[in-house]
Amino acid sequence: MRPKEGQVRIPSGCAIAAVISRDGNRMSGEGMIHAMEPMHDRSNGLGGGFAGYGIYPEYKDFYALHLFFDSRDTRKACEAFLKTGFEICHSERIPTRKLPAITDEPIIWRYFVAPLQSVLRDLQLDEKEFVVRTVMRINTEMKGAYVFSSGKNMGTFKAVGFPEDVGVYYQLEEYAGYAWTAHGRYPTNTPGWWGGAHPFALLDYSVVHNGEISSYDANRRYIEMFGYQCTLQTDTEVITYIMDYLLRRQGLTLNEAAGVIAAPFWETIDRKTDLVDKEKHIYLRTLFPSLLITGPFSIVLGFEGGLMALNDRLKLRSMVVGEKDDRVYIASEEAAIRRIEPDVENVWSPAGGEPVVIRVKEGVQL
Amino acid sequence: MKQIDAKELDFRTLNERLRQETDDIEILNCCGQRFIGAGLSDRKLLLRGTPGNALGAYLNGAEITVGGNAQDAVGDTMNAGKIIIHGDVGDAAGYAMRGGTIFVKGSAGYRAGIHMKAYQDKIPQMVIGGAAGSFLGEYQAGGVIVVLGLEEPDRRIVGNFPCTGMHGGKLFLRSRCEDVRFPEQATARPATKQDLKEIHNILLDYCAFFAYDINKILDAPFTVVTPDTANPYRRMYVEN
Repeated sequence: MRPKEGQVRIPSGCAIAAVISRDGNRMSGEGMIHAMEPMHDRSNGLGGGFAGYGIYPEYKDFYALHLFFDSRDTRKACEAFLKTGFEICHSERIPTRKLPAITDEPIIWRYFVAPLQSVLRDLQLDEKEFVVRTVMRINTEMKGAYVFSSGKNMGTFKAVGFPEDVGVYYQLEEYAGYAWTAHGRYPTNTPGWWGGAHPFALLDYSVVHNGEISSYDANRRYIEMFGYQCTLQTDTEVITYIMDYLLRRQGLTLNEAAGVIAAPFWETIDRKTDLVDKEKHIYLRTLFPSLLITGPFSIVLGFEGGLMALNDRLKLRSMVVGEKDDRVYIASEEAAIRRIEPDVENVWSPAGGEPVVIRVKEGVQL
Repeated sequence: MKQIDAKELDFRTLNERLRQETDDIEILNCCGQRFIGAGLSDRKLLLRGTPGNALGAYLNGAEITVGGNAQDAVGDTMNAGKIIIHGDVGDAAGYAMRGGTIFVKGSAGYRAGIHMKAYQDKIPQMVIGGAAGSFLGEYQAGGVIVVLGLEEPDRRIVGNFPCTGMHGGKLFLRSRCEDVRFPEQATARPATKQDLKEIHNILLDYCAFFAYDINKILDAPFTVVTPDTANPYRRMYVEN
């Protein structure tokens, strides 16, 4: 008889990994697949995904929209809608490889698009805001269609399955990027479905997350006031929207945004001897109290030109950073890094709430 | 020493192989396999590579040596035996440990010694050679934790909130701890010679494993922290 839940120990908890080349050297997506292998048991086959940065240099001036459709009709309807606001420069089915491990596939397409200037003028919106509104509109109003990636020169690839299989399914060895993130999912509170796999992306921001946000509803209610709609039935989605709100719309720096979502305890702020830093933290906690994310998390945020790793302030999840030559690696477990870079140097664990930001050197053409 | 190459082995297969063996074993190419040596009561294991989480969980007398770093929850709920780590350890080392000894040459992550406990002759001990992260000895109920701060002299010997919820056991920090804030429910004071006698033997072991000179280690002020029995934790989860 098949053991029931509770009769079998499932030693899981999501897995994340990431790599970036500070010199902007492009790496195949295959490395990230291998990094996920030693962490196999952290996932349970209900979600895996990757984000690659710098993977579409030939279309780098266009927003790369990745979409799931439940049917051909949905796709046709969605394309008609896209054409009302965008010039579609190129569109195609995202190449995949048939695998027994990946089933129930939706129809997966990508569109390289540019917002129509006339539409932007009419709506008096900047390009990015228009893309965000379009993504929200499709995801909330168009049944059976989900935009799961919408940045320039980057893309996310996700599915229900173990991450190692998802990477093979999407043929990630065919892509080359200067930064990659990866995720293996073990959903705890919500269904494992294609849209619920990580990374969660909006514009060029993408988030992979290991943990569980206790403050999800407070965060969601706050962020919905600014036009973001949480539709993907999982907590991580809200982190992506918070980062877009804080970084793009409020113009905060990455360190400031980290100070909002993983704010130090008041007690820790009180004891700060650097008065400028102290003042900054008081300001951020006062201005954005509803965007404090509580509960365990370790995340990697991808953005154009860099990555940021961050743990919750109590550090209830593990995260390790290491370096080798121009590359910086981040993972839930050191073993993941050692699998792809046995001679990794300067291995360390960032403290809770301490953001680690790694950028491609200035001047490098991405 | 008999060898097992762990390169292509998942954690279940590797641990099953280990349980079938009766000799001392050297395991090559560890890469993230969990629970290595779980519950083993005799023999020695020598690990190459990076073992996975919960190394030596429920260890019951065996001796495990790791040539490099170990990950999270080393010695989770171990009962007896030794774990010797020549690198750093991740978070929650010695989690709920109830006996035996852990020696770490380098530093420990968050929550080392969380929920350590002691009963009669079962007194778990952990020596961390470098620094320890925040929440060291969280909810410590028994046993002895020693942090030496030997690597990175500029780094504070422990992170924030050490001894939160401590209600038993002892913590030794090789520092005056002027820059460390302890909770009101714990008492920190300079260690006396008498105090240091309690940890002399494990320090000798530490020096033997990692080639340090005990006189140099002892030639520094130590702080000893114990729970304040007159002011125990009450209402910990409210008025926060």
